[in-house]
Amino acid sequence: MSKHRVIPGFGLSLGFTVTYLSLIILIPLAALFVKAGGLGPAEWWRILSAPRVLAAAKLTFGASAAAAMVSVVVGLLVTWVLVRYRFPGRRLLDAMVDLPFALPTAVAGITLTSIYAPNGWIGQYLAGWGIQGAYSPFGVFIALTFIGFPFVVRTVQPVLEDLGTELEEAAATLGAGRLTVFCRVILPALLPALITGFTLAFARAIGEYGSVIFISGNLPMKTEILPLLIVAQLEQYKYRDAAVIAAGMLIVSFALLFLINLLQRQLNWHKR
Amino acid sequence: MSISIQSIHKTFGTYTALDDISLEVPDGSLTALLGPSGSGKTTLLRIVAGLEMADPGSGRILFHGNDVSEVTAGKRGVGFVFQHYALFPHMTIAQNIAFGLDVMPRDRRLNRAEIRERVGELLRLVRLEGLDKRRPNELSGGQRQRVALARALAIRPKVLLLDEPFGALDAQVRKELRRWLRQFHDEINLTTLFVTHDQEEALELADQVVVMRNARIEQTGTPQDIYDEPRTSFVYEFLGEVNKLPDGRYIRPHEIELRFAAEEGVDVTGRVSHLFVAGPFARVSVSPEHGRRGELEVWASRDQVEEMALANGDVIGLHFPSVKKPG
Repeated sequence: MSKHRVIPGFGLSLGFTVTYLSLIILIPLAALFVKAGGLGPAEWWRILSAPRVLAAAKLTFGASAAAAMVSVVVGLLVTWVLVRYRFPGRRLLDAMVDLPFALPTAVAGITLTSIYAPNGWIGQYLAGWGIQGAYSPFGVFIALTFIGFPFVVRTVQPVLEDLGTELEEAAATLGAGRLTVFCRVILPALLPALITGFTLAFARAIGEYGSVIFISGNLPMKTEILPLLIVAQLEQYKYRDAAVIAAGMLIVSFALLFLINLLQRQLNWHKR
Repeated sequence: MSISIQSIHKTFGTYTALDDISLEVPDGSLTALLGPSGSGKTTLLRIVAGLEMADPGSGRILFHGNDVSEVTAGKRGVGFVFQHYALFPHMTIAQNIAFGLDVMPRDRRLNRAEIRERVGELLRLVRLEGLDKRRPNELSGGQRQRVALARALAIRPKVLLLDEPFGALDAQVRKELRRWLRQFHDEINLTTLFVTHDQEEALELADQVVVMRNARIEQTGTPQDIYDEPRTSFVYEFLGEVNKLPDGRYIRPHEIELRFAAEEGVDVTGRVSHLFVAGPFARVSVSPEHGRRGELEVWASRDQVEEMALANGDVIGLHFPSVKKPG
């Protein structure tokens, strides 16, 4: 590097980065693909197209996407309240947002299950309307919403704080109504952060295991998620099947996250 | 359209931002709200715009005789320009300028072609033709401020309100834009109220200057009145350079006459501590003798300084012809 920088050490820091990423991420993932790669395409297809795998994949990706979308809406609302208003207990509320990060997911799962079970505090009322809380795809969705929304709050919060109120005031003096100000000024400004929040919540939900296994009931074809299916294969010593499902899941996740990132770049182009 | 501000109060919790403010802004005038930070000038501007509401029951804002105190910002028909431009970053320049036209109720909204035409007119008016497809972050500060002005003017506002419009610009651009705004105002003759903390800007630009301090108006008048006849010591010190005499009286540097120490009518003698000649003018700093503290600034003509053959260290006499004591 010919250019002088205040803080030197490009070679050292890049070397460390590459080594670290290799040890922690690349090598384990490579090992996974080596294991799965031992099988031919026909075997891959046979494992991945099994009805039980497809059902689990549909539930995992579907519930994760739905939960991430709800997290975006709820997260935006919570962020708005935390940033725009000053009220007693605001800091406490702000700290509470991080609890789903800290709580062991199993604890969250058990607690949510007991509350949303047909005889639980909330579950009994849901049952009255014919909705089954725990032990259903809806239960999976509830657990994923719980763990996902802090990601949205924490990514949108700094952006909303920076945004200030001047843009809204400018729009208001130009005659824009409240809904117009929100849709045409605030939302576009927050959209990149909202998408980042969605991506994080979505990615986290796809990999979530601990909280879901308690609330879902784990019925094959009905409420079984992919991570659980992988564990189930392992318990039957079907290591290659487990590796193939995991690898397939990883490829789909990576493709989805990559697409979202592309969309993000498209939206952010005016900042480049 | 004239603006009439009648006994407005504004408090934020226990802090008084505006204390019984009344002010008339004549139709077509360019009025400056001048004061140090915290004097309440921006709060007053925001109340006129409807972005802030005065304390309940405190007073009224009239536009051309109509009470607009309860009218929301969007319905007041004001053009507001923010210090930091507040352009919409995700829109092009043309979209920014057209925003106020796009969001009009459907029955009053212009069609697309008319909007495009109006945007083109405004771009010409602020001399930014050809930049319509750019984004705000591709423009310089001065250009952005002119876009903000064009956007405010697009809705054909009844009054134009500018909050420290040149505050974020560097000195050179600020001077140019200031001159441009003066010409621009003379062309369109829109009642304009602007906030500034720069006395030079207020004196050079405005028809009427309102000096504010600590939530109150200190003095209102033409720039000439305010400069020549300051009513309070604050106004004296805030506007232009001034010498404060030990007895509390004030005198401007150009009002002091230089004489030889032995001449008649000498009020104070002193030693020249610094002499700087710039074109036809000379700035002379004089340290008074007899233990008086503080230097006196004197602006004299170059001719006089050369005639008297003044040099650093000379002892000279000063005459104060018209010393005022503000009320």
